Amino acid sequence: MAIEQLYQRDVYGKTLVELGKRDPRVIVLDADLSGSTRTILFAKEFPDRFFNFGVAEQNMMATSAGIASCSKIVFLSTFAMFASARALDQVRNSICYNNLNVKIVATHSGITVGEDGASHQALEDINFMRAIPNMKIIVPADGPETRSAILTAYETNGPFYVRLGRAKVPSIENRKEFVLGKGYICADGKDIALVACGVMVNEALAAAKTLKEKGKDAAVFNFPTIKPFDKALIVEIAKKYGKIIVCEEHQVTGGLYSAVCETLSHDYPVLVERIGVEDRFGQSGSPKELMECYGLSANCIVKKCEEFLRK
Amino acid sequence: METKIKHLKNKATEIRKLIVEMLAKAGSGHPGGSLSSTDIITCLYFEIMRHDPKNPAWPDRDRFHLSKGHCCPALYAALSLSGYFPREKLWTLRKFNSMLQGHPDKRVPGVELASGSLGQGLSIALGMALSGKIDKKGYRVYCLMGDGEIQEGNIWEAAMAAAHFKADNLCGIIDYNHFQIDGRTDDIMNLEPLLNKWEAFGWHAIACDGHNIKELLEAFRIANSVKLKPTVIIAHTVKGKGVSFMEHVVDFHGRAPTEKEREIALHELGEIENIEKDIEEEE
Repeated sequence: MAIEQLYQRDVYGKTLVELGKRDPRVIVLDADLSGSTRTILFAKEFPDRFFNFGVAEQNMMATSAGIASCSKIVFLSTFAMFASARALDQVRNSICYNNLNVKIVATHSGITVGEDGASHQALEDINFMRAIPNMKIIVPADGPETRSAILTAYETNGPFYVRLGRAKVPSIENRKEFVLGKGYICADGKDIALVACGVMVNEALAAAKTLKEKGKDAAVFNFPTIKPFDKALIVEIAKKYGKIIVCEEHQVTGGLYSAVCETLSHDYPVLVERIGVEDRFGQSGSPKELMECYGLSANCIVKKCEEFLRK
Repeated sequence: METKIKHLKNKATEIRKLIVEMLAKAGSGHPGGSLSSTDIITCLYFEIMRHDPKNPAWPDRDRFHLSKGHCCPALYAALSLSGYFPREKLWTLRKFNSMLQGHPDKRVPGVELASGSLGQGLSIALGMALSGKIDKKGYRVYCLMGDGEIQEGNIWEAAMAAAHFKADNLCGIIDYNHFQIDGRTDDIMNLEPLLNKWEAFGWHAIACDGHNIKELLEAFRIANSVKLKPTVIIAHTVKGKGVSFMEHVVDFHGRAPTEKEREIALHELGEIENIEKDIEEEE
């Protein structure tokens, strides 16, 4: 049976239309990327509740705060690069300090942006957002989880950062119902735990399959919520497996690996290895080439697992 | 009209005296810009804006956003005099556990949203204005900016967008006192030709004397009547207005008066005239 493959941003656009029909308080903003982020689907359906700010992300962010302060729920989108770094002061002081209902849904995150190269490959965005009080962060693994994330952001008070990719992603097996702040197991195993978010859940699942063929037994956990972080589950994993590899399409500083290590170093110290970008900028190439080059592919996870298990 | 102006002048003096007292007690803060913006804030809170201190969340209220957040002593004084909170609270400015933070935030009744990081307020005000349009409400949104502040690029992004979206329910005011922390705006980063800049961005621009109540009221009246474009009032002001040794003195951008300076300043500002009788007569 062919595995379903979806663009997360298509799912996002469709979910926005659904929310737009349900709730007149939903307002959508974009900064000249509505075709790519798919907010255009909402724009076509509800032109009076959609605003295109042109190439001006700082203004879009601060304006969203003013709109949200008038009992509105604002979804806004641009590429992850510009949603995070470009307008970070506006996100911190105008949106998060005021604890407003602004849901930043950033697309085109990570190295899998591909051919556009380093300037467009956001690898620090989780780090930036995680440092801000009141902000909640979701990194959905696939299309269906994107829908749940958007609905949860809509239903939950306060600011959100939802991180989506550019490319189509296969829908993962054994997906559990999304609960904000909760991780879950999606492949059983007993030797080692792979803890992942976003597109890396698929890579980790593929790695676990290969490892099984080689007689190694890796469990895979999906942590779609980076903040608030599921501390209880990671401690449970540390106790059960003792060996953890965190997999993320992000710099190894400030993202999921940091969240895991911050928790465990305080609550239950064990060895934690990492798969992520090691303090480097990206470059042009196909997503597949880049995942291999930056050590993020399923192959790289397999190799890292084997080394770790030999230790 | 004469009585109304007298009444507003009186309020402005009261606010100025409160600013001096608050800052002297706080031991830090920004007197220069608070005093230069006092007459603008007075006109808004005591004449122009429809607002209800008993019901700060009234959905149809006119909104005010202080983009130059460091001048909050003027705003806090106006809110207190309007009846949003008791006067005693003013003496807690900048103190630990006070709702009157060094830069304003939402915990203060009457403050819409936090400010302090310069350059974001016009966008915030635009958001409130757009929301009013979506909801087909008649409220107006006023945003007070500093002159140094408009060196921020975000202001001009907002200026472009407000004209594009025809936000005629938005009125920006620039407290043009010609000073910023490091010196004169002309020397640090020239803003001129300022009126032409706003006009070129698609705004209706009015220049006026920012300490002349009559001129300010007229400017707000015009702003209220302009359709299909936002209005900016470039209010020419004097930094530290009303206290001789603070006027045009850059040092008082961000320094509180000493005890001695407080006394002299309060003396110079004079007594609040009793005009209750005049008001009764006019009525």
